[in-house]
Amino acid sequence: MLRILLSRLAQMLMVMAAVTAVAFVIFRYVGDPVLIMSREDATPAEKVALREQLGLDQTVVVQFAKFAGRVVTGDLGNSFRNQRPVSGLIAERLPATLELVLVATVLALALGIPLGVYCALKPASWLTRGIQTVSLIGISTPTFVTGIVLILIFSVWLKWLPSFGRGDVVKLGWWSTGFLTTSGLRSLVLPSVTLALFQVTLIMRLVRAEMLDVLSSDYIRYARARGLPAGYIHRKLALRNALMPVITVTGLQIGALIAFAIVTETVFQWPGMGLLFIQAASFVDLPVMAAYLLFVGFIFVSLNMVVDVIYALVDPRLRTRAA
Amino acid sequence: MAITLTSKRRLAPVGVLVAAGIAALLILSAAFAPQIAPSNPLDLATFNLADSEIPPMWAEGGDRRFLLGTDNQGRDMLSAILYGARVSIMIGGGAVLLAAVIGVSLGLIAGYLGGRTDAVIMRIGDVILSFPTILLALLVAGLARAVFPEAANPRYVPFVLISAIAIHEWVQYARTVRAATMVESARDYVKAARVIGLPSTRIMFRHILPNVMSPVLVIATINLAGAVLTEATLSFLGVGMPPTYPSLGTLIRIGNEFVFSGIWWIALFPALALVILVLAVNVVGDWLRDRFNPKLRGRG
Amino acid sequence: MNVVPALAIENLRVEYPREDGGILVAVDDVSLTIMPGEIHAVVGESGAGKTTVANALIGLIEKPGRVASGTMRIGGAILDPVTGKGEGLQLGRDIGVIFQDPMTSLNPLFTIESQLTETMRFHLGLSASEARVQALELMHAVGIPEPERRLKSYPHQLSGGQRQRVVIAAALSCNPKLLVADEPTTALDVSIQAQILALIKDLTRTRGLGVMLVTHNMGVVAETANSLTVMVRGKAVEQGLVVDVLRNPQHAYTRGLLAAVPRFDRKLERFAVMAEGGGKAETARKAIAGQKQSTKGNMAGPLLSVDNLVVDYTTRGWLPGSKGRTMRAVDGVSFEIRNGETLGLVGESGCGKTTVASVIAGLVQPTSGRVLYGGEPIAGDTATRGTRRASRQALQMIFQDPYASLNPRMRVGSILAEPILFYKLAANRADAAEDAAILLEAVGLDREHAERFPFAFSGGQRQRISIARALGARPRLLICDEPTSSLDVSVQAQILNLIKDLRDATGLTLLLISHDLAVVRQMCDRVAVMQTGRIVEMNDTETLFDAPSHTYTRELLSLVPRIDRISAA
Repeated sequence: MLRILLSRLAQMLMVMAAVTAVAFVIFRYVGDPVLIMSREDATPAEKVALREQLGLDQTVVVQFAKFAGRVVTGDLGNSFRNQRPVSGLIAERLPATLELVLVATVLALALGIPLGVYCALKPASWLTRGIQTVSLIGISTPTFVTGIVLILIFSVWLKWLPSFGRGDVVKLGWWSTGFLTTSGLRSLVLPSVTLALFQVTLIMRLVRAEMLDVLSSDYIRYARARGLPAGYIHRKLALRNALMPVITVTGLQIGALIAFAIVTETVFQWPGMGLLFIQAASFVDLPVMAAYLLFVGFIFVSLNMVVDVIYALVDPRLRTRAA
Repeated sequence: MAITLTSKRRLAPVGVLVAAGIAALLILSAAFAPQIAPSNPLDLATFNLADSEIPPMWAEGGDRRFLLGTDNQGRDMLSAILYGARVSIMIGGGAVLLAAVIGVSLGLIAGYLGGRTDAVIMRIGDVILSFPTILLALLVAGLARAVFPEAANPRYVPFVLISAIAIHEWVQYARTVRAATMVESARDYVKAARVIGLPSTRIMFRHILPNVMSPVLVIATINLAGAVLTEATLSFLGVGMPPTYPSLGTLIRIGNEFVFSGIWWIALFPALALVILVLAVNVVGDWLRDRFNPKLRGRG
Repeated sequence: MNVVPALAIENLRVEYPREDGGILVAVDDVSLTIMPGEIHAVVGESGAGKTTVANALIGLIEKPGRVASGTMRIGGAILDPVTGKGEGLQLGRDIGVIFQDPMTSLNPLFTIESQLTETMRFHLGLSASEARVQALELMHAVGIPEPERRLKSYPHQLSGGQRQRVVIAAALSCNPKLLVADEPTTALDVSIQAQILALIKDLTRTRGLGVMLVTHNMGVVAETANSLTVMVRGKAVEQGLVVDVLRNPQHAYTRGLLAAVPRFDRKLERFAVMAEGGGKAETARKAIAGQKQSTKGNMAGPLLSVDNLVVDYTTRGWLPGSKGRTMRAVDGVSFEIRNGETLGLVGESGCGKTTVASVIAGLVQPTSGRVLYGGEPIAGDTATRGTRRASRQALQMIFQDPYASLNPRMRVGSILAEPILFYKLAANRADAAEDAAILLEAVGLDREHAERFPFAFSGGQRQRISIARALGARPRLLICDEPTSSLDVSVQAQILNLIKDLRDATGLTLLLISHDLAVVRQMCDRVAVMQTGRIVEMNDTETLFDAPSHTYTRELLSLVPRIDRISAA
């Protein structure tokens, strides 16, 4: 168990080092920061001064070390576009994205697991075939198409729900939440459904496949041969085995949701980190891009770590390996 | 979908055959878009701003010349979709091919040689896989633009997109092929080849490769659907194909601006074409997956 | 006296619809009766339908298969094959089941206690604490040490033998009338097999169980069962008391089957088999014997010597280059193989015998020690690329699993021609194809078979192709790693005869790796016994079998289930 955690920690550090290196390369080598940051009529002397001020005259290793040091202390530089500290921009946009992702994850799990179990237990029923057909359409429809269609139906034609923005938000310290106002909740519906739909399909298909696998295993055959009731075998024995990989996938999917939030936020003009990133990308606002990458990388790596810990706690084969 | 065409030899369920037919039809009509499209959407001279935003033929205000209506510049939507599908399929296919070639080779090498080579290749794969396709592709496509201004040139964009998608997708092939190669390497026919004294390259490519190819074909099919989707998403976000040389994703991006004003056909028809294309490929891929290897899972 | 049978099957018929619309009859009109306290063996070779009979009893006939007709009575009550229930009958309570592989029949995510008590709680309505008391008693009865602690364990923390004991305990937990055991010891080593069989025998006697023992091993039948049914292609061809059938088999199939079982008590010239290859094979073998063999190296001393061989396996850590745990598979093994002899290497699973063979064949690099072929080092520190390459051709190998040892994507002709072309033993492709055809005839197949792919052949035929491929390189030493353990006993006899004939025709030297002591006695001139990575005893075959000196050898010999204790009497 400790071995697993340590090796995971090593992996996490390696990934973060790689991500930091990429962020550094973006920051340092993509375009010329001096050209980007100085006024158009800057004199060569001013440029040299700026170069020194930014530390660009030092060796690459020193620059990287300083960059890594700043990253660790949370100093991610200033946005080229509006000269505000990047960490502040991220903190401002973070709640919007996290609330969206949270609602979408809950939706995806609450729908995906029961549907997957049903499809595995009743493979021949018409409902199963229906669900599976719909699920195929689900994974074939890109998030932005789902979003556009939902907007067209519920906002443009039916005029039931808002199609952009977060509505009214309430400040709780630095955190701004849309959960506490009607308009905030109404605004959340379309984006979170859009974001969740693709994931529902993935989770459902995974649960179904795992469940079918487990149901054909020897220990389930053996449980049947002991005359245990089918309901008990399915609910208590098989489901636990089938849900093990779902833990992993849910963790990875939360990561994927944060990435896909870029698309959803673009469609719904949702003021989260994804929109921030896309705007930064179109303005070549390198510090914001680099910071987003670092931040998302950190979230993914932490999620992976959390998943591994949960897995190790749940699976007796890992938990008791040392015993 | 359980109805079979013939009872003796299970060819494929009717649904799969229909999907395969649709996929083939779409791919063919995209391939022959210049021959069958009513007009050339890439040639500015052939369309007229006076024809802009005409709804589909059957709707009120429709025009017989434009079956699916026109966009904001007066382009025929049907032609734009056919040409757009052509671009999407080319990029998707290219990405699948590139990813498969890289992934299969590295997977074979990692699985057969094992040891440090294996560890290095697979750790790189782990790191890449901890990021979703779309994020990595966005990053690569965005960086390519920042580093080489030429990358925004429509002539080079397809190659940038192909690389941006393949950089993530090869890992899946590598993992599958590596696992299969390790299984095959432990089997006695590979040991027999080693005992004979055959060189490693011959064992890898002559003996192991043919035996690990069927899951690769399945992944390639499912990945084609995924790659087309990723390309569409990149283009939709504005880092993919430019409006002058649109893919389906670009067309949807253009149409998205008009959805709020109720001009739905500019976004919806390309979206429909995209979903039908991807769905058809997915149905076939799904069936292949169940047929070749019921144990093979994972996201498509 | 009127005792109700534990099991009475009458005219059982199980059918599977075939894809072409026909019907495959897996079990055809089988009847059998098992009395309380009786162990009844159902024997037969693969595909005989013996497991299907067991599955019919426990409701595990997979769709679209079905029980077409016949009745099954458990303790007098009729069992419904679909629901697994009957008048007052309940599968799991009145019928206990043991499967072949104890590694996979327990759910890895639940404790032993949970899996052992759930059956009692469902079928007997016991409370958790009552069931726990019972479970402790059962663990005790099946001989698991420290039952208190073991109840809290998960399956992966138990050894294979202990898991099978847990499975038996679970099967007995509701005091069933009938125990169905499907190859209960096939996945286990002989020493554990002997313990499990003794346990089943003991429980049968003390609890008055009826036991249906499905097995392919005639030795197990002879040592364990009271009565038996011999099945061939779904039909029961012979039934009776084990003593009678083994001493005086009536049906031709039973006679053939018994004759093919390798004898443990004395060495025979060849195995009795029903049909043998004709003159064509004879001519082909002469042609092969005439070919020039690889004669590199000094051939005056021993053909091969293994000198203080050590092999460690190291699991890999997560980071590139980091190391995990080390396990010593071979721990200082030395022996010699003389020119022309057949050396047997025996031991239980995990003793390192296959690793030794792999080092000799060049598949595994030793940690230390060396292997000399004709005086030249071919593995270990002093071996060079050149000496290794020179020995490759002379050392060929055949493997255990006939279904994995041929590349499924290559035609048999290409498989056989590959070593011939690689070593330039033929001038061109046409000559190589001709050589391959001769090899096919030599192993008792037809030259036309070269055109086919491996899937067209049975296990025995594939093993013949494997042998032909090994001979193609014209080796001096043939390493046979469990060459017949995956085969039915009648096929095993044919393959072993073939190996003997080829050896006699070409003067090949053989190294035979096997866990089957009877096979070793029939095949080998000398035998080395391995235990946990070391050779504990090495001697002439007859001496070793008749007067073993090491305790481990004696133990192994005494534990092998054998038919001669009955049939020879």
